[in-house]
Amino acid sequence: MSAHEDSAPRERMIHPDVARADDEGERGQDGRRLDHAEATTRPISAEPQAKAVREPQPRGAKIRGNRPIDQAEAAERFLAAPLHQKAHDERLWDLRKKRDTAAFGIPEWEELRDLASRIKAHTLSNLDRYLEEFEANAKANGVHVHWAADGAEHNRIVHGILKDHGAKSLIKSKSMLTEECGFRHYMAGTGIEVIETDLGERIQQLDNEEPSHVVVPAVHKTRFDVAAVFAKTMGTDPENDDAHYLAESQRMHTRPLILEADAGMTGCNFAIAETGTVVTCTNEGNADLSGNVPKLQIHSIGIEKLIPQIEHLGVFLRLLARSALGSPITQYTSHFRKPRADSEMHYVLVDNGRSERLGMEEFWTSLKCIRCGACMNTCPVYRRSGGLSYGATYSGPIGLIIDPTFNKRKYSTLPFSSTMNGSCTNVCPVKINIHEQIFAWRKVLAEEHQIPLLKQGMMKAAGQVLSRPATYRAAIGAADSALKALPRFAVYNPLNTWGKGREMPDSPRQSFHSWYKQNRMDKKPETDA
Amino acid sequence: MRIGLFVPCYVDAFEPEVGIATLELLERFGLDVAYPFDQTCCGQPMTNTGCHAEAAATEALFVRNFAPFDYIVAPSGSCVHQVREHLTAIPQTDEVKDVRAKTFELVEFLHDVLKVDSFPWAEFPHKVGYHSNCNALRGIHHARPSELNKPAYSKPLDLLAKVKGIEIVTPARPDECCGFGGTFSVFEPAVSAKMGYDKVSDHSRAGAEYVVSSDSSCMMHQKGCAARIGVPLKFIHIARILNGVSA
Repeated sequence: MSAHEDSAPRERMIHPDVARADDEGERGQDGRRLDHAEATTRPISAEPQAKAVREPQPRGAKIRGNRPIDQAEAAERFLAAPLHQKAHDERLWDLRKKRDTAAFGIPEWEELRDLASRIKAHTLSNLDRYLEEFEANAKANGVHVHWAADGAEHNRIVHGILKDHGAKSLIKSKSMLTEECGFRHYMAGTGIEVIETDLGERIQQLDNEEPSHVVVPAVHKTRFDVAAVFAKTMGTDPENDDAHYLAESQRMHTRPLILEADAGMTGCNFAIAETGTVVTCTNEGNADLSGNVPKLQIHSIGIEKLIPQIEHLGVFLRLLARSALGSPITQYTSHFRKPRADSEMHYVLVDNGRSERLGMEEFWTSLKCIRCGACMNTCPVYRRSGGLSYGATYSGPIGLIIDPTFNKRKYSTLPFSSTMNGSCTNVCPVKINIHEQIFAWRKVLAEEHQIPLLKQGMMKAAGQVLSRPATYRAAIGAADSALKALPRFAVYNPLNTWGKGREMPDSPRQSFHSWYKQNRMDKKPETDA
Repeated sequence: MRIGLFVPCYVDAFEPEVGIATLELLERFGLDVAYPFDQTCCGQPMTNTGCHAEAAATEALFVRNFAPFDYIVAPSGSCVHQVREHLTAIPQTDEVKDVRAKTFELVEFLHDVLKVDSFPWAEFPHKVGYHSNCNALRGIHHARPSELNKPAYSKPLDLLAKVKGIEIVTPARPDECCGFGGTFSVFEPAVSAKMGYDKVSDHSRAGAEYVVSSDSSCMMHQKGCAARIGVPLKFIHIARILNGVSA
């Protein structure tokens, strides 16, 4: 799709109060509206005045302690909300197409992926050295450096820093790491208010839901859902679902909280060992507010975020925004290096299972992930299930291979929520062999008996029949037609599971096997019998 | 050249005409083709479910059946991918490695090994949408997948271009998975079926009368989905078109 075809509906989406025809900054040299960032992604409805039918938002997977997540059940509920499902699928497919356009605009794209993958492999292979270098440089810059072995320790450290300063409120930008640590839940019991400043993440916080996507956390919600959440939590007009009204309301509501906050917190996209710098990439500028407004700033850093030198950053910046949203670069790429005058700066370096993952021969390369979300956008299962159906911090393809490292039992079902089509691997900017790791996880989980007994039993029975030609033929031949027998082999169970959404295949008069016997065996008596 | 014909279990039972077309087509090129009578399956249902130990005996049987041949040819990218990439539950002897390396999917065998330049007997005057099985596309490299910034090529479309009267139409999401996914189709039926509905609708919108594929498994699923939601598409395996079926 060309930018021209796409420009008309977007122009209509600009609110009259916001649109400025003479705003040069919004246009490229050819006079066309710039095609950048998530804000310009094709809206769900190109006609804001259209009366859309409302539909309750489907909720995510049911969490029952340590019991395996039933992703299929949650996905089925998501599919039962067709307006949400269709909008979700189209929105994310649009991101995938924008990613293709951006990636194909760079002749050296595949070389860049290869380079990024090798830089990450090198860094992860020498992680101890780069972490020490990073720590030393950060300390030399006047940054306080903390080490957290797990999520709980991360939360305690941050809480301790906030307590030491008597902080009553904390503004933060979106960070998957803090989600992973359950930071907001932990802080809920401390009396210190946490305010998310990323619009999507704020919506999710106000709705008491986890982010459903690593880049666009509220992508599973429609604007009607957002209007309902804001009406309930901020007192906006529940009937007004204009996207600009909602965004502006959130801004007006949150801005004073940002200005008055005692402390600010960000995640980290890249941590540069050579300089001790934390780099964040955002489109709303909220990481800058979180890092620069309060006197106390804290950056939470997963230890896999290290890259050796500043010269390596460009490789990743060129890949990240293109893979995520199809834009050449994020609106803001911010380097945090030293505390400002009269302020204090802290880094919390978090392991939380990463060292252990680094030692897993088949799975360590998942640590290369730069959280662009491209694998989610391209995943046909994810687009039809919604991120919350995975019941885990990380959803979609990358989630399937990371989540079991946190809890093998709870997330034992996730590697099966895939057709292993391999599109995720091809879009991955750091070339993680995601679908092969999904395949490898299935083996690990089966060997450790983390798959349902019924499933394993069926496979055992199938293996016994399929390895004995006579038994196999007898099973097929004994039935009135192949139709009655084969689904037990080909699909192992239940006609009703297949037949629920699909018609059964026609059964032919004769299998190939008996055709061959009848038509060719006499002519070719030498054929193996 | 002695060819062992591998007819996957679902082709054997549901689409015998695909096995027959494959056999006849290979014979048109003067090849000596035999069908080892004791064959069953490649082991994919077990390995894809993680149950490698349960697949070992089936894999061993496959190797016993096919070791004597110069090439093993099957009308399925998915099963060939299993043999080539995932037949690893048994010790990797020279014989096992040899069988894995000489197993070919029909399209690539015609395109890369036989280097066929014409199918004078083939005519199919219809609008056709091609469905790439994901293992055929991304696993054994039938064509350039849409995600990669690399030069475009397509072995199946190269072959179909040699068929008289055929017209290829392209869906909006040309290589989106159709949702079959082997056991995925029964363990996650709702998402699987929805992917199938979307796939057949996409083909239909592109104007296809027929969906053509090198894999009957995807088409069996899509056919069931199309019938359920009333999309008037017909499905046919590429072996039958290349063998000159008249539709």
